[in-house]
Amino acid sequence: MMPRRDRYNGSMITVQRLKKRIGGQEILRGVDLDVARGETLTIIGRSGGGKSVLLKHLIGLMRPNAGEIWIEGQNIIDLNERQLASIRQKVGILFQGSALFDSMTVAENIAFPLREAGERDPNILRQRVSEMLEVMELQGHEEKMPVNLSGGMKKRVGLARSIIRQPSCILYDEPTSGLDPVVSDSINKLIRRLQQRLGVTSIVVTHDMKNAFHVADRIAYLHEGRIYFHGTPDELRQSPDRLIQDFLVGRSEGRGH
Amino acid sequence: MFARFFNALGRPLVRFIQYLGEVVMLAADTFESLFTRRLRWKLFLNQIVEIGLLSQLVVVITGGFTGAVFSAQTYFQFHKIGMGSATGAVVSVALMRELGPVLTALMVAGRVGAAMSAEIGTMKVTEQIDALRALAVYPTDYLVVPRALAMMVSMPLLVAECIAVGIAVGYFVAISLLEINGTYYMANMVRWTRSRDIIMGVSKAFCFGILIVFISCHKGLTAREGAVGVGRATTEAVVNASLAVLICNFFLTMMLNIIYPAGYQ
Repeated sequence: MMPRRDRYNGSMITVQRLKKRIGGQEILRGVDLDVARGETLTIIGRSGGGKSVLLKHLIGLMRPNAGEIWIEGQNIIDLNERQLASIRQKVGILFQGSALFDSMTVAENIAFPLREAGERDPNILRQRVSEMLEVMELQGHEEKMPVNLSGGMKKRVGLARSIIRQPSCILYDEPTSGLDPVVSDSINKLIRRLQQRLGVTSIVVTHDMKNAFHVADRIAYLHEGRIYFHGTPDELRQSPDRLIQDFLVGRSEGRGH
Repeated sequence: MFARFFNALGRPLVRFIQYLGEVVMLAADTFESLFTRRLRWKLFLNQIVEIGLLSQLVVVITGGFTGAVFSAQTYFQFHKIGMGSATGAVVSVALMRELGPVLTALMVAGRVGAAMSAEIGTMKVTEQIDALRALAVYPTDYLVVPRALAMMVSMPLLVAECIAVGIAVGYFVAISLLEINGTYYMANMVRWTRSRDIIMGVSKAFCFGILIVFISCHKGLTAREGAVGVGRATTEAVVNASLAVLICNFFLTMMLNIIYPAGYQ
């Protein structure tokens, strides 16, 4: 195997020939992807096309059958669950269902990563949590339980929880699915704002095209387990490819398959 | 034909061995974490409350009525051969060596084991376990270690409580309902009960606690999608834990009997 420095091209995340098979079905068939530091990449594709699966590989929640994933020059494939902790300090993820801890209040959820990292001072915790609540416009909800929150609020709490430790990269799994257009728009703006303010690298998985165009610097179209198209939003819009145009306008017939 | 026979026989066997392996690996992982990582005291104390404190009513009722009925049945038989006053000794030794640990373990498997696998299973299917992992928290450290330690502390105490209540209620039944002479009852009981009987009961309790906690946590951690998945995990946790307790009890009895032989010598 080549030494890691030779493979490190300055990208935040590099994925090479990633393959994943789940229950006899080949979900990823050799995905290649390169995400530069500070950019926002949107991965689009049809539901069930393996977008979430790809995202979960990037933080080691799933193990590939073949391929490599390099995060800041480190191949995470060989790391065990405990060694992955250092990668997971750098990369945060917002789950599709928010995945809040339902036995904890909003404030406890947001403070959780800091507490686990060894921060015990209640004043610092309170201050950091209230900062996060302010960024997410959630003031006054800190004592609520997750079960009493709306979908949009859950997403924002989930996001606050994943960025409180200031990761250098955030993965968003369908951040606007199941939300009304107004709340979706506020989430889009939030993603943009975080990227501008904190300079984080973002990967957004979505099938909401408005969301994709709003936040993306570049867009990758995942189709049948491979990256079918990779370019800027304008390049995507102007692409003559039938498959892409069908996806953009949401046409179901004549998909060619 | 032979290939098919061995295939049919082999596959469940392989699956069973794999299952045992997974539970043992979870236990090994937990013990390693227990000795090398920091303990989350708050979670541990929460589990002590959940397992130890809140199981008391169940355990007291189990111990009490077992002691009562065992005392009565023993008396009915022993009375015929004029050994009614030996009832106390039989009740006490039986409770300590077998009935206390086994019945408590079965009740705890039903009450606590089910709750554990349901709770962890729900966390699994709602991606909360993945969220823990994504936040750089190792799920075994956070979920299994506090439960395992709380179980190892609580089970011996619960069993001791069950035995004590059983003996007390057995005494009450024998003296007031069956009209055995209290002095003879007590004298025989103390004469035939040895500290090794208590040690045996508490040792078994400790082992059963370990069986229940790892079987239940493993079922929770491997729960499959959906409400059906959690339901199945919970049922299997209780059934497997109960069977494991009953099966291991026999081998523990035979093994511990070598170290702590029964009977007065």
